[in-house]
Amino acid sequence: MHPILALVLRRLALGALSLWAVSLLIFAGTEILPGDVAEAMLGQSATPEAVAAIRRELGLDRPAWERYLDWLVGLLQGDLGTSYANRMPVAELVGERLANTLFLAGVAAAVAVPLAVGLGIAAVRWRESVLDRLLSAMTLSAISMPEFFIGYALIYLFAVTWPLAPPIATVYPGMDLAARLKVVVLPVAALALVTVAHMMRMTRAAILNVMESPYIETAELKGLARSRIVLRHALPNALSPIINVIVINLAYLVVGVVVVEVVFVYPGLGQLMVDAVAKRDVPLVQACGMIFAATYILLNLTADVLAILTNPRLLHPR
Amino acid sequence: MTHRMPWSARLGLALTLLFVLLALVGPWLAPYDEAAVVGDVWEPFSAAYPLGTDQLGRDMLSRMLYGARRTIGIALAATCLSFALGTTLGYLAATLGGWVDAVLSRLVDTLMSIPTLIFALVVLAVLPPSVTVLILVMAVLDSTRVFRLARAVAMDVVVLEFVEAARLRGESLGWIVLREIGPNTLPPLLAEFGLRFCFAILFLSSLSFLGLGIQPPAADWGGMVRDNANAIAFGLPHPLVPAAAIALLTVAVNLVVDWQLRRATAGRGG
Repeated sequence: MHPILALVLRRLALGALSLWAVSLLIFAGTEILPGDVAEAMLGQSATPEAVAAIRRELGLDRPAWERYLDWLVGLLQGDLGTSYANRMPVAELVGERLANTLFLAGVAAAVAVPLAVGLGIAAVRWRESVLDRLLSAMTLSAISMPEFFIGYALIYLFAVTWPLAPPIATVYPGMDLAARLKVVVLPVAALALVTVAHMMRMTRAAILNVMESPYIETAELKGLARSRIVLRHALPNALSPIINVIVINLAYLVVGVVVVEVVFVYPGLGQLMVDAVAKRDVPLVQACGMIFAATYILLNLTADVLAILTNPRLLHPR
Repeated sequence: MTHRMPWSARLGLALTLLFVLLALVGPWLAPYDEAAVVGDVWEPFSAAYPLGTDQLGRDMLSRMLYGARRTIGIALAATCLSFALGTTLGYLAATLGGWVDAVLSRLVDTLMSIPTLIFALVVLAVLPPSVTVLILVMAVLDSTRVFRLARAVAMDVVVLEFVEAARLRGESLGWIVLREIGPNTLPPLLAEFGLRFCFAILFLSSLSFLGLGIQPPAADWGGMVRDNANAIAFGLPHPLVPAAAIALLTVAVNLVVDWQLRRATAGRGG
């Protein structure tokens, strides 16, 4: 077998294994820890009889491993269980919300990735210039600011003071693409601001790392233009770490979306999960947690596989 | 040491100390009680209410001061606990090696493959929302990062001669970890402490903002953003006040950490 195929297959197997471990952890997190769902649902009015009745009804009187196996088999078949709160199939509740979240994260990525890479290249091209310093200072503040501060500041500035965009991102089924895009302008801007900073910083670092190489000095001594050196000589060799950072930031985007959705009242999966946690709707929380974790793992897996595939030393073994 | 600090790090340090001071003495400075309703809903900034009043007519400045103690105190407690847990286990994994290292490392890998916020949400769905639970959840989840760093730096130290000498002298495990490895791994862990503290502030505030952290009527900055969120629709800046305080504190700490990290890399000639 080609060594690279073996590497990729091994990484995929490892990904499957960690998905399984995560399912175990998420299930254990809601089952083994002290704290009883039945009591929590009943609140103050929890009599022992009522608690026992609820436990029986939800199937909580069965041993944990049995319920875990049921849950896992269901997951694999696409059956996410039934919500405690309104007795609807979880898959039905999740479907539309997941699509909305993926749309928001997708648009944010489409804006943030080219912007970050472009700014990173510009920061190297005009290194130590005002632009570079400005970008550097901006990244430090953007990294350390909470998403909700950026979100509300954007609303305050661009929806209230200068009404350019809607403050609340309401979407409904059957809404056309142009209208959807218009509504998500501010949440996309908030997500982009948070991720661009990190990606730009890492892009800059990756290219600068390559710029230290002797062959770049050769190119400089040949008298090539600085733009050409950065774009044609340094960038291709810095691609692999840049791709890695981009994918890791996409994984971050999937999580950052939770807070941003709540700020902009956007009907996505994050908002659904937060509501489910408040209502102690365990099956729904488990399903949302599993979807978020799986997306995160898949993206990290993609980063690793891309890193293998873009490594010239692995592609052309001697 | 301080005379070579760049102005950005000085500013960061001054602001951080100011925040910590406010957290210590805040409740005594507060003009009103955090739960006292003293005026109308969302009164503007004025002499009587320097930061206005909140959605129930409570004094924002008083709540900010009480909230400073709660937000900073809980984040600090969680960070300390996560360091105690993470460094102990990380040092043990590096010193003992073998199956202890293998089991701990795999466990940490798995915990880290779930985004922290998501796993916290999952656990908070069944745990009661109390301050102790919050501190424990934050500390355990955050200790994974500390574990990785502590293990990595300790790995470099364990192989050095003086550790080997201590082992041959027959020193106990406790001695080796506390007296040989601990002091020699401290500097990189100190910079990490600042980063983890920032993360704890942001994390706690996010949980409170989502309504799953500190429960009302107790004031904390993240919760105050949530409580006053609706004001923004009326063009009032009230939710921006606590949000800006969080941002300012984390930026300040980051300025100091950034300087520390830069100094560390400069020392290594990188």
